Amino acid sequence: MGNRIVNWFRFSSPQAFYAPAGKMIPWFAAAAAILAALGLYIGLFAAPTDFQQGDAYRIIFVHVPASWMSMFAYVVMAAWAGVGLVFNARLSGMMASALAPTGALFAFLSLWTGALWGKPTWGTYWVWDARLTSELVLFFLYVGFLALQAAIDDPRRADKAGAVLALVGVVNIPIIYFSVQWWNTLHQGASVSVTRAPSMAATMFTGMIVMVLAFWMYAIAVSLARVRAIILERERRAAWVRELPEAA
Amino acid sequence: MSPVLAAAAGVVRRDLLLAMRRKSEALAPVLFFVVVASLFPLGIGPEPDLLRRIGPGVLWVGALLATLLGLGRLFAADHDDGTLEQMALSPEPFAVLVLAKVAAHWLIAGLPLVAAAPVLALQYGLPADTIAVLVASLVLGTPVLSLVGAIGAALTLGVRGGGLLVALLVLPLYVPALVFGAGAVDANLAGTGAEAQLSLLGACLAISAFFAPWATTAALRIALE
Repeated sequence: MGNRIVNWFRFSSPQAFYAPAGKMIPWFAAAAAILAALGLYIGLFAAPTDFQQGDAYRIIFVHVPASWMSMFAYVVMAAWAGVGLVFNARLSGMMASALAPTGALFAFLSLWTGALWGKPTWGTYWVWDARLTSELVLFFLYVGFLALQAAIDDPRRADKAGAVLALVGVVNIPIIYFSVQWWNTLHQGASVSVTRAPSMAATMFTGMIVMVLAFWMYAIAVSLARVRAIILERERRAAWVRELPEAA
Repeated sequence: MSPVLAAAAGVVRRDLLLAMRRKSEALAPVLFFVVVASLFPLGIGPEPDLLRRIGPGVLWVGALLATLLGLGRLFAADHDDGTLEQMALSPEPFAVLVLAKVAAHWLIAGLPLVAAAPVLALQYGLPADTIAVLVASLVLGTPVLSLVGAIGAALTLGVRGGGLLVALLVLPLYVPALVFGAGAVDANLAGTGAEAQLSLLGACLAISAFFAPWATTAALRIALE
């Protein structure tokens, strides 16, 4: 093999990225399925019942990963958008568009499972708490991004306008979060923090981390599949797309 | 006066003159503000205690929606007749001209809201010193609404259904201004002092005055491509 230098910028061309993306999807999808099976086993069978909340707490194995991934996906989306604006690379805009529906889905899932958890624990589906409200605003930001991209016909302009919006949103998210925290919060403190040891049983923590990894792998697999669809749609007139076996 | 400032002043003067020539358009947001604020007591009931309690929030949300009404026209006319392209091509920095347009928009759409607010606050039975805080919060807050709204207006320029879209894009970004603005008035009503919220609102103004013209300019250049 020798010292071969891989030119990573080669993959910024949709044509060069299309085939490797297709090869990667089964691996990430399989990783997501295996990790989800493992995480759900730990979460639903291995983890002990909580002495305060009973079995209702087990929704956190979906709720917490969904919330984390919804925020993470927005940052990744904004990063791709920024790269797209700086290098004027077409693929970056496509990656941002491919990530947005998955991020919106996670934000919605996080709100939905949070409501399901809130009813038995707090006695109400919804409270105007800082973290709930900022998750809701995050969902609105995703919806705005999707609506803006859907409203602009020219895909290049849609990518760039979406990129500006994503960057404005990412600057605003911390401000929104701290402004919303102004209210006294009903929500329990963060259950996992970087600075202190987790305040939950080790099996619960393991189950949650495994589920986060499963959601992460799922997000990658789905976004790659979606970006391939976007590439095909936008490049449908290019010669290389017409020569693809699946296009024939 | 330096050429940059002269150009900016020219843009402000022109936009004000245009607004004076078409007064009904310029007055629509403030009339909307008054009507919306008058509808709430009809919907909720005339109990003075309840009205005093919800007054700050209602007036702030009303101001927010009224600002939204004028945003569609911020760049649309200049985009249609090509003025915006000339501004982008002019030797003066585009961001300064955009900031001048936003300033003119605030003078036309934001300042009347500030002026109308004390009268509406009286309808909600707010005491005099609370009204002073409300006016201060609107003086600091409505420029934030104009600056952030300009980003949304620029992004949706010439886009199908732009008017509704701009609301969807901009309203989530208005959350901090609303929380701090209505919070300042609430804090004064509760007797805890509004300095903290007003300072944070001022910080929001400083940040958006720095970043928003830059983002608006980027969005306008995309729309002009």
